Amino acid sequence: MSNRTFAAAAFTIALAIVVASRFIPNDYFFSAAYTVLQFIILATAWNILGGYTGYVNFGSAAFFAVGAYSTVFLYKALHPPLPVMILAGTLAAGVLGLAVGYLTLRMRGVFFAIATLALSVVLYTFVVNWDYVGGARGAYILQPREVPFGLRRYIHLLYSAMVLMTALALVVARAIETSFIGRGLAAIRDDELAAECAGVPTLRLKLFSATVSGALMGMAGTTFPFYLSYVEPSAAFNLSYAVNSIAMPLIGGMMSWVGPLIGAVLLGTVQQVVQVTISSAWNLLIVGVLLVLFVTLAPNGIMGWVDAWRRRRKR
Amino acid sequence: MEFPTALVLNAIIAGLLLGGFYAAVSVGISISFGMLDVVNIAHPAFIILGSYVAYIVNERMGLDPIAVSVVLSPLFFVLGLLLYRIYYLCFEKRGQESLRGLAFFFGILFITEVALVLIFGVDYRMVQTAYSETTWRLGPVDFPMRLVVPFLVSVTMVVGVQLFLTHTFFGRAVLAVAQDQLALRLMGVNPTRVKGLAFALSIATAGVAGAFLIVIQPVQPALGREYIGLVFAVCVLGGMGSIWGTLLGAFVLGIAESFTSTFFGPSWAPAVSFGLLLAALAFKPSGLLGR
Repeated sequence: MSNRTFAAAAFTIALAIVVASRFIPNDYFFSAAYTVLQFIILATAWNILGGYTGYVNFGSAAFFAVGAYSTVFLYKALHPPLPVMILAGTLAAGVLGLAVGYLTLRMRGVFFAIATLALSVVLYTFVVNWDYVGGARGAYILQPREVPFGLRRYIHLLYSAMVLMTALALVVARAIETSFIGRGLAAIRDDELAAECAGVPTLRLKLFSATVSGALMGMAGTTFPFYLSYVEPSAAFNLSYAVNSIAMPLIGGMMSWVGPLIGAVLLGTVQQVVQVTISSAWNLLIVGVLLVLFVTLAPNGIMGWVDAWRRRRKR
Repeated sequence: MEFPTALVLNAIIAGLLLGGFYAAVSVGISISFGMLDVVNIAHPAFIILGSYVAYIVNERMGLDPIAVSVVLSPLFFVLGLLLYRIYYLCFEKRGQESLRGLAFFFGILFITEVALVLIFGVDYRMVQTAYSETTWRLGPVDFPMRLVVPFLVSVTMVVGVQLFLTHTFFGRAVLAVAQDQLALRLMGVNPTRVKGLAFALSIATAGVAGAFLIVIQPVQPALGREYIGLVFAVCVLGGMGSIWGTLLGAFVLGIAESFTSTFFGPSWAPAVSFGLLLAALAFKPSGLLGR
């Protein structure tokens, strides 16, 4: 399937989902689905840098929070319409991604991973000390009373926006994967020195992949303040975003765009179910245990199983 | 901004005392990350685990947390042995340690934290010791005993580790693993066994450092995260795998943090360690006393 066909199909399906969900009476569905979709975007975005390029980013929460806090800032300063805030947050996180891309110049492997974690804490400290966006106390963001498009509640609008953004993230990830960029990134992942020698523009590709990955993570965070109507630094910078966006691609499989999608849907749904039936502390425990189990027992994730099964059937 | 002498002196002393504690926290990472190339990002989780073990024993029997942690450190040693075994079989042996090993330890960190939350809740826990409330005064300078006692034991421990590594046969084997595993194998030594024991030693120091932590300040399960940056900052700042470097780096960091807390407020303190880490990684990756 060409990328254009795929994009058309993805957005058609997304629109169909949005229209079809209007007939779901239960409001809980929207809020649960919102969370799962948010994780799909985070996992897909993480995989662009982590899976395709081989640079492990522990700072997903920082990008997510940059998206969220750019919305808080704009809400306080200018009060622009929602699409503007989404766009601005995406751009801000993209700039941070570019900066992280430059880190890859000097650091590889473990050092890069630790640096992203450090970056996340430094940004957290800045936000805690930045009173304009609420500091450590957090900020209240009121959902607008009027909901456009004849939707019943504001969460429906956020959900619809999230569905479309998810489609966008998947389209971008697939386009990168199937193009010359994806092949260049794979070359970097497998052997950066050899790739450089073979004429792959490693720096440009790494910068591109870090920027896109960061921008998409930030995009997932832009609607977060409206979703909770209250943001505080420890919620936006929550380590569980970092863990989840690593665990989901690892569980699903990191070689293609399908892996993070499967991982996120699976893990996200399990977490929602556990959160409702048992408790939220247990749901985090389950993520941790699944991450450790998969990484030790099934290093290539669910897609790794599928591939092995396909190969066996061919023979 | 003015810098009154008494305030500066107090900040330096507090920084040094804190730095000694940081050395104990980071010496394990210097061994596992600096020497063995095992990126144990879960190290702080074992520190917090050590805090809670000290807390339970102190709560139930009223024993001194630091003495308890030293007595119980063999438990952490065994835990370290087990963990390294899993790590070796699942990652090192298959040659996938870089990305997946990292994710593995990240998961362990998370599991430990959530397990502690489930058992103890998210409340801060603290211990009572004979010296918790005492403070010596030397002119304008304060020496709070809850910092001095961990400082003394901690520096002793770090120096002990250094002497152990340089003056015993096994210690030299660990240093040899850090330099050239193949050469070690040719000498008829099993590098995996040496690495396992050295890793276990690093976890044992984490357990003891946990007791220092809970003497110094109240502890809650998520506190470990703040120490991830710190331990790696100290390790990288001091120079990978150099124990003296770790001690030096810890003092530098302790004083930097203490000054930030005194003059800008404690909420800025985490930015210092992580900022220094970023700077060290970007500009001088070989550290102060690096090889």
